[in-house]
Amino acid sequence: MGSSPLLYAVTGALIFGIGLLASLRDEALLARIIAINISGVGVFLMLVSFAYRGFELAPDPIPHALVLTGIVVAVAASGLALALEKRLAELPKSKTHKEDSP
Amino acid sequence: MNSLSELLSVAIVLLAVLVFVAGTVALIRLPDVLSRLHAISKIDNLGFGLLVLGLILIQPAWIDGVKLFGIWILVLVSSAATGQLIARHAVREEPR
Amino acid sequence: MMIWSVIDILICALVVALAMAALYAPALRQRVMFFIAFGLVVAITWARLHAPDLALAEAIIGAGLTGAMLLMSLDHTSDMPREPASYGLRIGSAAMGGVLILGLMMIVSSLYPIHDGAPTLAVSQRQVESGVSHPVTAVLLNFRAWDTLLELAVLLSAALGILNLGPARRSCGHAASLTDGLARVLVPLLILSAGYLLWKGAFAPGGAFQAGAVLASAAVVIHLTGWEKLPRVGLRSLRLLLLVGPTLFVAVGLLPLLNGQAFLQYPVELAGLLILLIESAAMVSIAGMLTLVYLGGHPHANWPIELVNPKEPM
Repeated sequence: MGSSPLLYAVTGALIFGIGLLASLRDEALLARIIAINISGVGVFLMLVSFAYRGFELAPDPIPHALVLTGIVVAVAASGLALALEKRLAELPKSKTHKEDSP
Repeated sequence: MNSLSELLSVAIVLLAVLVFVAGTVALIRLPDVLSRLHAISKIDNLGFGLLVLGLILIQPAWIDGVKLFGIWILVLVSSAATGQLIARHAVREEPR
Repeated sequence: MMIWSVIDILICALVVALAMAALYAPALRQRVMFFIAFGLVVAITWARLHAPDLALAEAIIGAGLTGAMLLMSLDHTSDMPREPASYGLRIGSAAMGGVLILGLMMIVSSLYPIHDGAPTLAVSQRQVESGVSHPVTAVLLNFRAWDTLLELAVLLSAALGILNLGPARRSCGHAASLTDGLARVLVPLLILSAGYLLWKGAFAPGGAFQAGAVLASAAVVIHLTGWEKLPRVGLRSLRLLLLVGPTLFVAVGLLPLLNGQAFLQYPVELAGLLILLIESAAMVSIAGMLTLVYLGGHPHANWPIELVNPKEPM
């Protein structure tokens, strides 16, 4: 099976890192939500490449189930964050400006 | 497996790849939205159609071929509709 | 095998490049576009790594629903150029990030080669007892059903939070004859494919989550086209819709307690039927939850018709 799962796992680590780093920047909330989603995909990539067993063998189903859960939870969390952001944008400007930068 | 149908399948898929490459180059090179849309709809219709045709030829069960054909039809429908929507939007935005 | 190495390297390079573009493109709209493309390439990656369940979920949820949601929120978000962080802070965080990435890469590579652990071996040995023949569904709804139940709870709380945060985002409402025709073709087909995915999940890739997401994307189509020929969905029935999945799951989970068995320990001979029952209810609830997540607020009383912007020419 060669080193291909390792390649994907290392790519996952890289994606997780750059996504995490980008999510910490002081930017529009939407950009940070994208960043967190990307770093989440990095984690998923690592898990799924751990599950891979080559062309002939069936992969390990447990990480697959975990990642499936993760994908759904990620979209729910992003949706809640975006709804909060929308609510924040509707509030009077003077109030939001102080509070939304950590 | 029938080697003739496999050979034919490979040839058709290669042709599809050619369409995809040409379409992608056009997508990058062409100047405005409408001509880019033209390029991308060629990829959807012709390129994807050829790909599906090539894959149908090597399906062991005929029902899988029917499913692939159905996928092509769906892509055709949605690409025609979204193409129209994007074009309409582009035309409406232009006078600004 | 040479050709596969080339494909693997290409896919990984594409994933990293699209991630960088989605993180650092100048305009927010561009980032959203790159993120959608990123999601689709990740779906291909799952297919390459023999995870078709995830490829389906990623294409529908990761790229599709999340992408549509982000596009919809673009209208509310301003690019808001803030003053950049100080030079030292940026260098410092980049250095720490580099160390983190390198450390993680080393840890990950030290894990190889990977062998099946005890839980994995247990899953493959006791597959027959699960009532379904597809291992991922067996893990999700039988062996690790707790995870899935709590996942539904997470989804439910996110949906309830969204429900209480104000009205839904407005649809752009291009109720033209074209989109109406498209919805007429797509919505019934999406409902049909949802049923297919749900049924198929017992023995092949598919299941409640993918099916629910497909149903939710039918709702997205309805929302975007402002489709009129639809029965109204009131808030009361929406709440019912959200609750039916988790409630049935808990109820089925409680039944084995009467026999002195553990919570969610289904009887072996009934497991397949119970899983299909739970999944059917869960699919409906997941569809409702994901639709709410996409809408970003409670739908109007006359959803989707009220959402058509009155200023738009029909």
